[in-house]
Amino acid sequence: MVNQSNKVLNTNITKLVNKTYQYGFSTTIEKDIIEKGLNETTIHLISKKKKETKFLLDFRLKAYKRWKQMAEPSWAYLKFPQIDYQDIIYYSAPKSQKKLKNLSEVDPELLQTFEKLGISLTEQKRLANVAIDAVFDSVSIATTFQEELNKYGVIFSSISEAIEEYPELIEKYLGSVVPIGDNYFSALNSAVFTDGSFCYIPQDTICPLDLSTYFRINDPKSGQFERTLIISEKNSQVNYLEGCTAPQYDTNQLHAAVVELIALENASIKYSTVQNWYSGNEFGQGGVYNFVTKRGLCAGKNSKISWTQVETGSAITWKYPSCLLIGNDSKGEFYSVALTNNYQQADTGTKMIHIGKNTRSRIISKGISAGNSKNSYRGLVNITNKASGARNYSQCDSLLIGNRSNANTFPFISVQNSTTKIEHEASTSKIGEEQIFYFLQRGICLEKAVELMISGFCREIFTELPLEFAAEADKLLTLKLEGSVG
Amino acid sequence: MTLNSPLLEIKDLHVSINDNKILKSLNLTIHKGEIHAIMGPNGSGKSTFSKVLAGHPAYSVLNGDILFKGSSILELEPEERSHLGIFLAFQYPIEIPGVSNEDFLRLAYNSKQKFYQKPEVDPIEFLTIINEKLQLVNMSPLFLSRNVNEGFSGGEKKRNEILQMILLDSELSILDETDSGLDIDALKIISNGINNFMNPNKSIILITHYQRLLDYINPTYVHVMQDGKIIKTGSAKLAQELENKGYEWLKT
Repeated sequence: MVNQSNKVLNTNITKLVNKTYQYGFSTTIEKDIIEKGLNETTIHLISKKKKETKFLLDFRLKAYKRWKQMAEPSWAYLKFPQIDYQDIIYYSAPKSQKKLKNLSEVDPELLQTFEKLGISLTEQKRLANVAIDAVFDSVSIATTFQEELNKYGVIFSSISEAIEEYPELIEKYLGSVVPIGDNYFSALNSAVFTDGSFCYIPQDTICPLDLSTYFRINDPKSGQFERTLIISEKNSQVNYLEGCTAPQYDTNQLHAAVVELIALENASIKYSTVQNWYSGNEFGQGGVYNFVTKRGLCAGKNSKISWTQVETGSAITWKYPSCLLIGNDSKGEFYSVALTNNYQQADTGTKMIHIGKNTRSRIISKGISAGNSKNSYRGLVNITNKASGARNYSQCDSLLIGNRSNANTFPFISVQNSTTKIEHEASTSKIGEEQIFYFLQRGICLEKAVELMISGFCREIFTELPLEFAAEADKLLTLKLEGSVG
Repeated sequence: MTLNSPLLEIKDLHVSINDNKILKSLNLTIHKGEIHAIMGPNGSGKSTFSKVLAGHPAYSVLNGDILFKGSSILELEPEERSHLGIFLAFQYPIEIPGVSNEDFLRLAYNSKQKFYQKPEVDPIEFLTIINEKLQLVNMSPLFLSRNVNEGFSGGEKKRNEILQMILLDSELSILDETDSGLDIDALKIISNGINNFMNPNKSIILITHYQRLLDYINPTYVHVMQDGKIIKTGSAKLAQELENKGYEWLKT
């Protein structure tokens, strides 16, 4: 009964939303590449190309040494072939002779690429109050609205630029939240990172624009290792958005990023991601391997860090945006929608480490698995002995579509203080053929039915996203589920 | 369509699911203004019949035809059949987590409006429409903000089905055991709703096991279904006879 009607419903939905991954194109451009493979020479070369100081070279070499002693983690619920780290290009940049002074000097081919992705880098066509840093393979292409932001003392630039211009901030904060040897992928990133974004919000400032970075992997053999650092000084606030896409290739590409956030007293950082790396085809070939370490440090009293993520892409997602709640009364939040289809695998969640008194954290995770995919929530709530009065609320919901998908929840809770309050809720549900038929019988088409059920399931998360992102995310999820309902 | 031509005409219908033949040469003709009760033992094919009419994709029609207002609907999608005026009140109404009853009802209403190229109504206009219908089935407006059928009692679910039938103003309504699991008060409310809804331009098929529903709703015909076909047709009296004697005496 199920098979036959699945077939009918699948044909219907394919007819309805016959759209493939629309960011799958690649750009032909002259490139400056360091030969594939990783050794100390590669690191010296990267550092030299970027004209880095000794501090950074030492940072990289130290990380490389640590990385060589470490092993790829195997605890995640993921299965993938051995990654050959010597078969990856660690530096690939569009060729440009001189340092760019303004946007008009950017290769038009590149501007066009971002235009095609819906990201306008020409400031005349400003995206509703968003400043953008565009990263293409290993380097940042352009950062918009820098001057405007400068008036407020806000620094928004590529991390390479920041390394040159603000060495004291970099030396103080780089690696302070995610130490070099934190994990295998963060060590790798620390050794070879090439670009990323840097944001600095001065004291008593509410950042006038939302800041956004758009990451694009273009080269089939290159990995992307970006590094983002956001510092929010006392009494400041910032909204940061991150988007990512990649071309469609049969081979897998590696993306290993590190993101560090620092919120000082009374500061607030809201970090939102819509991750749409290429996820491989319906047979599980190709797609990006996404191994990301994201961590926020609530260093000051009453500081707040909020992570919101919509994870729809990548063949493999390994990602746990976390909060270290050190300041008293500080607050960490994690809102997540992870959708997997076909042969995608996601192992994602968060860590909330309560150290300060009266610290709070809130975790809302929604996993949607369709096709043959595997989707796991993995979380840690750790209340240390000093964290009197700490509170945590966690909710993990899974939605299954079809009969071959897989959803798991691995929540770890460790409490060492008796004055705390922890709540945990979890649920699993399924979009079934009978639910779809119920909608159809009432005259509601399949597309609308799925959209309504998915957005209902994700509502708590979407309300956390910036407005233009929320509408996008809603559409993206429906699109991603093409052919999987029944 | 002339005045006397039937609303629904089922001719020699054979239906299977997973190679199991369920309906075997079913014939039935329904005119406007008629209420047909279909009774019969468990497994005789009553629910299959209702789902086939609504176009459930799991069933294969092997032979025969279903004519609605004179044209075959076999090739039509479930949502098209719905727009044409066929409504199925489910035996087990489905729970839909995360979707509010209000959104669901409005979307259903607007889908039909759109199909007939009529303007879609906005949420505020819709509230006026739905509030009036809620009263017909004695439902509180609080139902609207709850998720579709989620955590509803058996009676609430069935009332919700009747509410949807009234809202979509269907011409042919198939009520699949709408009376099962209802207490006597709920049964009265639902029967009232159905009787008020019924008019000479509509037809209803009542699938039921019990005479008690027919105490409230007076059927034009009572059919007995067995082994995938109708083996006896009679008046309302037949239902009483079945209540007394069971189905055994009809077996051939």
